[in-house]
Formats: sequence, C-alpha cells, structure tokens
Amino acid sequence: MRDVAIIGVGHTKFGKWETKTAVELFAEAALQAMEDAGVEGKEIEALFVGSALPDFGEGQAMINVHCTSELGLGQIPSTRFEGACASSTVAIRDAHMWVASGEFDVVLVGGTERVLPMGTPLATRTFAMAMHAVSEVPAGLTFPGVFALVAMLYSKTYGIPLEKLREKMAHVSVQNHRHGALNPLAQFYRKYGDLKVEDVLGSRMVCDPLTLLDCCPFSDGAAALVLCAAEKARKYTDTPVYILGTGQGTGGAMGRFGEELIRPPSRVMSARMALKKSGLEPKDIQILELHDCFTPAEIIALEGMGFFEWGKAADAVEDGQVDIGGKIPTNMSGGLIGKGHPIGATGASQVCMIVEQMRGNAPKGNQVDPVPETGMTDTMGGSFGTLSHIVLGRSRR
Amino acid sequence: MEDLKIDENTDHYILTLKDYEQGLRAGKMLGLRCRNCGEIMCPPMPVCCGCGGKELEKTEMGGEGELMAFTITRVPPEGMDAPYIVCLVKLSEGPWVMGRLDHDPEKITPEMLGRKVKVSGAYAWSDKFSAGEHTCPVFKVIP
Ligand SMILES: [Zn+2]
Repeated sequence: MRDVAIIGVGHTKFGKWETKTAVELFAEAALQAMEDAGVEGKEIEALFVGSALPDFGEGQAMINVHCTSELGLGQIPSTRFEGACASSTVAIRDAHMWVASGEFDVVLVGGTERVLPMGTPLATRTFAMAMHAVSEVPAGLTFPGVFALVAMLYSKTYGIPLEKLREKMAHVSVQNHRHGALNPLAQFYRKYGDLKVEDVLGSRMVCDPLTLLDCCPFSDGAAALVLCAAEKARKYTDTPVYILGTGQGTGGAMGRFGEELIRPPSRVMSARMALKKSGLEPKDIQILELHDCFTPAEIIALEGMGFFEWGKAADAVEDGQVDIGGKIPTNMSGGLIGKGHPIGATGASQVCMIVEQMRGNAPKGNQVDPVPETGMTDTMGGSFGTLSHIVLGRSRR
Repeated sequence: MEDLKIDENTDHYILTLKDYEQGLRAGKMLGLRCRNCGEIMCPPMPVCCGCGGKELEKTEMGGEGELMAFTITRVPPEGMDAPYIVCLVKLSEGPWVMGRLDHDPEKITPEMLGRKVKVSGAYAWSDKFSAGEHTCPVFKVIP
C-alpha cells in the first residue's frame, strides 16, 4: 500500500444556506480544494461523497452523481457514502484506500448536507432513522435523547451527581463556542464567544438533562479534500498532510451495548485500528477534532479514543485539559457545537480543520503553537452505529 | 394482492420481530436464550449476540428490571407529541431494552435512577416512513 497525502482543502461557511443547494455547496468546497491543490478537473480520477439525508433535505438521492456532473468531471467513478453523521469520514477512508492501493493517483472526496430546509420536526424524525427503526423509534428516542441517556448512565456509573456532571458538560459548550466564535467558517462566528457555564445550564431544556446549549445546531454546508499518492504530492504542494492511518467500527441498537453504552466498543475498535495503522499512541497525538454533537459526546469520545481514563474526561474538560495549553487541544475549530453540524459534511470538515492547523492557517486564538505535527479526527454516525477515525501527520511514517 | 402475501417463518428465526411485538402487546416480554453461552437477548435476532451461535430457544422474561437512564423528551420528532419519557431498562434476565416510562414528566427526578421498574403495557406507533406499526414496552416504577 502507498502513502496518501491531502494536497488541497475546501470548506464553505456552515450555517443556514437558503441560496444554494447541497450540490452547489459541494461544488464550491470542491473547487476551493482543487484550486488550493492546483489540480485541474481532468486530473481527478474518482469522486467520493458523504451525504446522510439528501433524500429528505432536498429530495435528492444519489447526490454523488449530480456533484460529479456539476463539476464537469465527466464519467469518472463516483460513489455516495452513508454512515449518518460519519458519512464523509467513511468516504475519506475509502478514498484513501483506493489511492493507497494504486488504483488512482488523484481523487476528490468530501461531504455535503442541507438540514435546515427540513425544519426541526422532520430533521428530528429523519436523524432518528439511523437508530433501530423498529424498537427505538417507537419509544420516541431522538438524538439529544441518546446523549441525555448517555449523561444519565455516566452519572450513575461513575458516581458523579447529575447536577455536578451538568456543570462539567457545560464547560464543553463554553470552550467549543469560544473557539467557534473565532472561526469565520463557523455557524456561530462572532456569537456566544463569552458564553458562561450558567448560560448553558439555564438555557431551554431539550431532553433532560441536555439544554439547547448542550446541543450542536442544525446546519447546511460542505467540505472537500483532494487526495494524492504521497510520491506525487510535492508536485502540487509544499505542505502536504499525510493520512497515517484510518479506522472504522460498527455498533447496533443501543440496548445491545448495555453498560458499554458510555464506552462504545465501536469507537474503541475504530480508534485503536487508526492509531495502530499509524504506529502512534494517544500520547503522540497533538490535536483532536472529535464528535461533540452534544456535550456528553465529547466527554465519552475523549475516553473511548484512549486520551483519558474511563470516567475521568468530565473532570479533564473542566480543568482545561482539552484547551490550548492543556494535555490535548480538542475542537479548536469550535467542533460541531460551535462550528455547526451539516451531518454528511462534518467528517471532511474535521480533516480540513486539522490540515489548516498543520499549515499554521487556523484563526488567531484557535491556532495551536507550534503547529501540530500529528492530529486525529473522530466521527460518530447514529447512536455509535458507525465510528470512523483518521490519523494525520505533517511527515510520512 | 392477497395471494402475493408471504406469511411463514424462515429457517433462521426462532422468534421473529412480529412475534416479539405481538408478545409486547399481550403484556409478555419474549426473548431468546443461547444454548451455547447462556446469553439472553431481545429484541430477537437469528444468531446469538454473545457468541454468534445459532442454537437459540424462545424464553419469556418476567418484565422486571432496573431503570438505568431516562430522558424527558421536550422536542419531539414529527408525528409525536411531547413531553414524554424515554427509558433504558436493564431487565432482570440481562438484556437492556429501550421503552417509554409511564410517569409524570414534570414530577420525575434523577433520584429515580436505579429504581425497579416493571412492564405495564406496550406503545404502538406508526408513520408514513415506518412500514406499519411498531411497538416498544412501557415501564412503570414499582412503588
Ligand atoms: Zn451465545
């Protein structure tokens, strides 16, 4: 297998896009990525698009075909990947495999989604389709509900009173909004930068114990990357970022996790796979972008990936251990909470954000200094149904 | 169209989802026991979720368990009315199941975590996407 490099990135602003379709958003991000890489359309050999619910967002199935056509890429192979919120991470993982295998030298990969046209009731209904439709949906489980249950179980398992845990969870929202407010691509750019713990606790209850400010927003947006065989990357760029390892894991209905719901084996397996392939351990990783769809999600992701011991990440977040200057800077882009979560685009966005950190291009206040040599993304689809991780580095292994 | 309807069991399902849901509506908590490793599981599946074995037998559980987590849903999906309580219950026989909790959403507190609950009924629901009705258990806290 060959090494693979990211040679270009593109990213639309995240938020409410009333004037562009998901195909147009993808094309914007893709053209930015191609211009960033200095790659012409005729050099792109295949397209990989993550999109979770375009069928419901705009009545557009098989969106990959229309993205390819929109970009004038001719008849090249083009595939849509669906892993709910992890859709574009599994797209990147597969795109990476195709280049690593030697089949293609240059490919385009990314994700796109419009969630806001659905409105809250339909978006809540369609997101729930990623759960076990016949046993969990009748119970009325929603996505905030999943993480409300996780918070409850975390509190019960580790003996942290729920009110104390809520304060620790609120720190996730405060930190991610602080960084999101500095990121011009974020949905909450220049908003909520000075949020306080009390604001999160006092916000409107959505699914007890989660308030509105414990939740990421509904968002529209797209992100894209150009991948290239590492041996040819220097032809295009002086600052390639290498994909050192990828992982993927699969879950099932939430009940099947039992007590492991707060330590999902699908995440543990995927993270270990990605780290093992990269030859690195958590202590070697210098920056994380992880799946903070709700505040407790960030806490259990930090533990499941091996950055903190079980039951300890809630304290670590409160202590500033995941901010700049802490043990592992996490979600410097604002994460899903501060930057927004156009579900199918999120995984590609996470990778773009780490690439910008490695180039030293992140906004002031978010940039880790010195620039990180290694980084890792974590993306979760459904209720731990699809987990995928990507380990990135400024140098080849 | 009646003559095109297939209604027979297949080789690999000892207990089908339809049997399981009918059980719930009749107040029974049905499941499967693995003859190889002893795992008890529900909702049903054709292989053991513990060991992958196919030697499964039907079992009826008592419907009692422990309240492991719950949430008052205030922002519902299209087609449901809030507030309502979703709960995650660990049955005495081992499996964890998702259901509704029959309790006043305005009067429930985190102190209820860990309390004993018992199946008190079933909640059946359908919408234009669900391909017919599906059912979850309803639990009630044992006083
Ligand atoms: Zn077994």
